[in-house]
Amino acid sequence: MGMTIAEKIIAGAAGVTEAHAGEIHYVELDRLMSNDGTTHLTIDMYNTKVKNPRIKDVDKLVWIVDHNIPADSPKTAASHKKMRDFAKEHGIKFHEGEGVCHQVMMEKYVRPGELIFGADSHTCAYGALGAFGTGVGCTDYLYAMVTGTSWLMVPETLRFNLTGKLPEGVYARDLILTIIGKIGANGANYKAMEFGGEGLATLTMSDRIAICNLCVEAGAKTALMPVDSVAMEYLKEHDREPKAVYDSDEDAEYAEVYDIDLSEIQPIVAKPHFVDNVVPAVTCKGVKIDEAFLGSCNNGRIEDLRVGAALIKGRKVSPTVRFLVVPASRDVYVQAMKEGLLDIFMEAGAIVMNPNCSVCWGSCQGVIGENEVLISTGTRNFKGRAGHSNSFVYLASAATVTASAIMGEIATADMLQEV
Amino acid sequence: MGATIIEKIVRRNTGIENAKAGDIVTVNVDRVMIHDIFIPFVKEKFEEMGFTKLWDPDKVVLIYDHLVPASQVDDTRHFRIGNEFVEKYGMKNIHRSDGICHQLMTEAGYVKPGNIVFGTDSHTTTYGCVGAFSSGVGYTEMASILGTGTMWIKVPETIKVTIDGKLPSDVMSKDIILKLIGDLGADGATYKALEFSGSTVENMTVASRMAMANMAIEAGAKCALFTPDEKTAEYCEMELTDAERSLVGDEDAVYCQEIHYRAEDFVRVLACPSQVDNIQPVSSWTGTEIDQVFIGSCTNGRLEDLERAAAVLKGKKVAPFVKLIVTPASRKIYREADANGTLQILAEAGAIITHPGCGLCCGRTGGILTDGERVVATNNRNFLGRMGTSKVEIFLASPETAARCAIEGKIN
Amino acid sequence: MSDTFAAKVWVLGDDIDTDIIIPTEYLALKTVEDMKPYAFSPLRPELAGQIQPGDIIVAGKNFGCGSSREQAPEIIKALGVRCVVAKSFARIFFRNAINNGLLLIENPDLHDAVAEGDIVEVTVNEGILHNGTTYPIASLPQNLVEIIEAGGLVKAMRKRNGLE
Repeated sequence: MGMTIAEKIIAGAAGVTEAHAGEIHYVELDRLMSNDGTTHLTIDMYNTKVKNPRIKDVDKLVWIVDHNIPADSPKTAASHKKMRDFAKEHGIKFHEGEGVCHQVMMEKYVRPGELIFGADSHTCAYGALGAFGTGVGCTDYLYAMVTGTSWLMVPETLRFNLTGKLPEGVYARDLILTIIGKIGANGANYKAMEFGGEGLATLTMSDRIAICNLCVEAGAKTALMPVDSVAMEYLKEHDREPKAVYDSDEDAEYAEVYDIDLSEIQPIVAKPHFVDNVVPAVTCKGVKIDEAFLGSCNNGRIEDLRVGAALIKGRKVSPTVRFLVVPASRDVYVQAMKEGLLDIFMEAGAIVMNPNCSVCWGSCQGVIGENEVLISTGTRNFKGRAGHSNSFVYLASAATVTASAIMGEIATADMLQEV
Repeated sequence: MGATIIEKIVRRNTGIENAKAGDIVTVNVDRVMIHDIFIPFVKEKFEEMGFTKLWDPDKVVLIYDHLVPASQVDDTRHFRIGNEFVEKYGMKNIHRSDGICHQLMTEAGYVKPGNIVFGTDSHTTTYGCVGAFSSGVGYTEMASILGTGTMWIKVPETIKVTIDGKLPSDVMSKDIILKLIGDLGADGATYKALEFSGSTVENMTVASRMAMANMAIEAGAKCALFTPDEKTAEYCEMELTDAERSLVGDEDAVYCQEIHYRAEDFVRVLACPSQVDNIQPVSSWTGTEIDQVFIGSCTNGRLEDLERAAAVLKGKKVAPFVKLIVTPASRKIYREADANGTLQILAEAGAIITHPGCGLCCGRTGGILTDGERVVATNNRNFLGRMGTSKVEIFLASPETAARCAIEGKIN
Repeated sequence: MSDTFAAKVWVLGDDIDTDIIIPTEYLALKTVEDMKPYAFSPLRPELAGQIQPGDIIVAGKNFGCGSSREQAPEIIKALGVRCVVAKSFARIFFRNAINNGLLLIENPDLHDAVAEGDIVEVTVNEGILHNGTTYPIASLPQNLVEIIEAGGLVKAMRKRNGLE
């Protein structure tokens, strides 16, 4: 019987020839990512709950400080110190202040065919490179850290066949928000979301990361894409080889198949307080904003900054709006600097921050206050996610966010050209 | 009888021809600065006092810097109240994310030689770098100035500090002011003015003078003054008048203390935990392990400071497990450092470069530390608990020293 | 301004800075009442809870050095501290205290003689009696007396603006 990409990766990791949805397998993990959101808890459990603790294969571990960097309280500083000291003692790969974990993982570690646990829900981003990435909690992470293995139920797969090409001024971000709106915030619960079809070739790696990254907002366990020439080119640029390249079989079984015509997608906004609360962006026109955020593992790459910079060049941020521009990694930051993008944002009056999770994480720099409205390229718009429990977050593309920052209210890029 | 610089400024401002140290006089204020932390308090006091309009909206400058970017959910309340204040009373001079107040006040041309300026921040002494009398006040006093345009002061006595000669190549003006604070003590200049002169000072950039004037408060000084010269004129983009040029301490002026230094005698120094006047040579701490380095603040976040750090760090890397946080003092400095490649050198060396603002120096965000950690920082205070818990050790140093420490991961 | 009171003493050292009196972390809390529990927390976290209304603080030199934050004297006043006696005060703190009606007394010797918990008797503008010794205190300049007598700078300005 044919297999999906998810089934093939799990079969490989379990050392069996076939794996199918619903089965439970013990798997060998290739990589274990953890960040400062929870690593201090994992360390506490490692020290107190495990008898004779040891790390099975330290080379698999990558620890990244990205959520609250630079630290904004003694408490945060203490959790960073715990993580740093442990990493130093055990020789764990450690990145502090180099960028948002998923972006750093894509730039430096992820290989096609790998099975990766990340102690962060957006680990599903790695599917853009044909890797099975999934978010886990501290207990799962700790078990994997100590044994190098875990158990996994093989997920059913939702297949998305992409055709056509996104219209000018419409982005991958609009596409994935549209899909989440269509299937709902739990539409892919426990399932894998697999993307394919001729339309995929029109999407850049940056687009693909944005799509896979957000799949958890539909409840997905993971997201996967076949490894094509675009993915191979990215790997080459980053000096890596695939572990294994998989595509789904013709006769693979899917729980559901969706056909999506990219040319029909339009600019989308996810309104407060759910990611699947999507509407055409134009319908939110005129909503006053206090802050705009261009960044995050979802939309803080060089391609996103280019979109924002092109729109804001020669214009100004609306006087009372705080426009946070946060490159997703140090590599993105330096590249943006070389291309003159940071200066365009700085000249326009934006707040250009060091690479970190910023307001997407909501307890880091850039938080919003009571009754304030944020338009964001971040991953979530849950109530209270960006700061005060009584505040409002709209999710949109880099273009819509930048246009809104300029106008002081929600606006799409084409509205900008009218003024 | 001759006059000190501060006496000359006060005489010119008040028209009292013989005003001298010890006199209590009412001065006409040329400019005021209010920063984000105190805006709600100033506004409240101003209205409680019964004022309905500002004495002169053009002379008021509002700056958001301590809370940018916001790190606690109530921080943005200060911005909202600031925006209401601006709207209600017709202020035009407002900076919402352009950098640290003291940098902006001189950089954006709000302060000119001979001006009398007050700000709701102790480091308002900074503007003495261009020959202005500037000092910090509380929010109640600020509210009263906003209504009246005047303030009473006691004309301070002056300590004259003369520095002649050429500084060793690794020494910066930060080392001079730290040494002076060590010699005077943290209260050695309380209620007094510091007046700087000598060939070393004359040859210094305005930016270097700014670092010194900024820290005068750490010896308790009311203000610090440098004679305006051609460098000042260029910095302020103006022609100096005779009156401005004459802001020099007279030969026969009365000083309460005179201190002379030979520039050649200075070495790189540290202010050691947890007093700003606990000054020791860097050499006596060489090899001490550190966790973090901070280059920034209104003391040492200027272009020449970043360039100096970049010169040290070029082609090198920050030590493993050590963080280097760089916070340029203003948007203009950030852009200049971006344009000339300084920021790229720093980023490639591994620096975390933040948006311009007070950052770590004011202890709310930007690299807070925890028990047992040690930081080398270019800012102005190493008080207990200033950058995190009371068990954090803060060493103050020049940007040169800070950059050297970042590479080694040790005091160096 | 002649007034005599007995008070229990809390002793602090030299260079008690404004970051000790109120750390920046708590400076954007909405009111001085909200900030009050954190007074002196880097140095003595329990102190704010121990000080009783009517107590006084006796400190060494340069009390209140550091920032211009007026919350520093306001918090001390809000804790009920009747006055602060120190060898010397930093100047911005001094002005802020006067403007808020917090009494400050300079005396070079009391700090070296007194122990925490001692009771002293303060006569404003005259002296402090401790263990049989009187420590003289200087009177304030006239312009400051006027501000204090008006009830602080806010009241003085309200009077100027015809509101009191």
